[in-house]
Amino acid sequence: MYTEKVLDHFHHPRNQGVIEDADGVGQVGNPVCGDIMKIYLKIKKDQAGQEIIDDIKFETLGCGAAIATSSILTEMAKGQLLVEALKIGKLDIAKELGGLPAPKLHCSILAHEGLAAAAKDYYEQAAK
Amino acid sequence: MTKKIYLDNAASTQVDPEVLKAMLPYFSEEYGNASSLHYAGLDNRVAVDRAQAQVAGFLGCDKAEIYFTSGATESDNMAILGVIEAIKNKVQNQKIHVITTKYEHDAVLEPCRELEKRGVDVTYLSPDSAGLITVSQLEAVIKPETVLVSIMYVNNEIGTVLPIAEFGELIAKVNQKRKNSSAKPAKIYFHTDATQALNACDCQVNKLGVDLLSLSGHKIHGPKGLGALYLKKGTPFKPIMFGGHQQANIRPGTYNVTGIVGLGKAIELLSDKDKKAEANKKIKELRDYLVSEVTKKISGVLITGGMEKRIPASASFIFTGAEGESLILMLSEKGLAVSTGSACSSGSLDPSHVLLAIGIKPEEAHGSLRVTLSRFTTQADIDAFLKEIGPIVSKLRAMSPIK
Repeated sequence: MYTEKVLDHFHHPRNQGVIEDADGVGQVGNPVCGDIMKIYLKIKKDQAGQEIIDDIKFETLGCGAAIATSSILTEMAKGQLLVEALKIGKLDIAKELGGLPAPKLHCSILAHEGLAAAAKDYYEQAAK
Repeated sequence: MTKKIYLDNAASTQVDPEVLKAMLPYFSEEYGNASSLHYAGLDNRVAVDRAQAQVAGFLGCDKAEIYFTSGATESDNMAILGVIEAIKNKVQNQKIHVITTKYEHDAVLEPCRELEKRGVDVTYLSPDSAGLITVSQLEAVIKPETVLVSIMYVNNEIGTVLPIAEFGELIAKVNQKRKNSSAKPAKIYFHTDATQALNACDCQVNKLGVDLLSLSGHKIHGPKGLGALYLKKGTPFKPIMFGGHQQANIRPGTYNVTGIVGLGKAIELLSDKDKKAEANKKIKELRDYLVSEVTKKISGVLITGGMEKRIPASASFIFTGAEGESLILMLSEKGLAVSTGSACSSGSLDPSHVLLAIGIKPEEAHGSLRVTLSRFTTQADIDAFLKEIGPIVSKLRAMSPIK
């Protein structure tokens, strides 16, 4: 049902945990649906003044796909320009994992939304 | 390679070595068609007769009332659609009402939904939080146009045992009243899906008061792809399949002799009452130990379904703050096979209809875990599960944003 890469990210999640002094935090999902995901961002600026994801961590309550998509998203986003990372879509995440079973695609949407929520929080904080 | 420990016996069971031994000759030596007139056919016919007698002995019925099927799904479809279509032919243009429950297996629920599409009125009874349905609940929904009641003997997810004999008694009383009334409405026929009951419960059809009973081979240490339907003589029945006239046209198709022999042997092994009681005593001790250790060692554990009226082989939990599919995947990595009713395991996005029916909230149902034992389960198997489950639940809870 799951690809080896999904199972690898599930059993050995990358960037799992909390960033205590995060610059942006976003939580998406709901308990009724069964998947809840929280993304923590640490942002730095490069020489051109553009925001880069210096560190990213996740916490997820959910199925194998929810955990694996959270994990791979952090890997894909880490070190990227924030604006570029926000372009990562659900299909990019699924593709990076070598595919996901059709009913599971909603979990990927969650990973993408989690990053967007954390970025929104960062922009709001930065604007203050 | 991690040692494999199988604790998902409500899903399927190991074929008993004695069953396998009985089946083997029918693959390569006694491979004739049981309907053929030559020696090879006759050998097979004898084997089919013997298996019919073995099943009939266990159920306490006539062997001519046993029909072999491809499994409990087919038996359930035959029972529900076959009886209702036959009654429809008899009582044309009259209303027809069927009673079942909300937490049946899909093999009963889906034919009932199909009946609704065909214009039949269906009532779905709600179980209580212990996972049971009472006689008075059933009594309250019987209408003059009720012609079929289909209620499972044992629930497959929570292992609770329903009072089938009491339902049977009630239905017999209603039928007696109908017989004596001037209007003479049609009889109520009573079907039970006993798939999960055979290993532990008394399945004598006269005691249960059922007209139809479904069972399956692979839940009782027999082969997959083989089940049976008990169809009491005189029960109206319209075949749902048409073909080569086998099994009195009730269920045509070449006899799956290998499977039939296996089912017969598996049932024969359950027919020794002392052995069956002894096996269940051992299973219950292991199950009770499992439940007590899990609830003692892990916080935030709920038991789904009551423990009192439950088959000995079944334990079902909810680990709050841990998701079922993730639990299954991590346990599987350690060689442990168990099951969950979480949405993500079902192929749909909804958690188990059984857990929702007994009042478990969707957010809780996602953390469900079912552990089911068999007569082959050992203390070492349970200890291996207990060793892994705690750390895995802790690991998943630590990864969750909800603390």
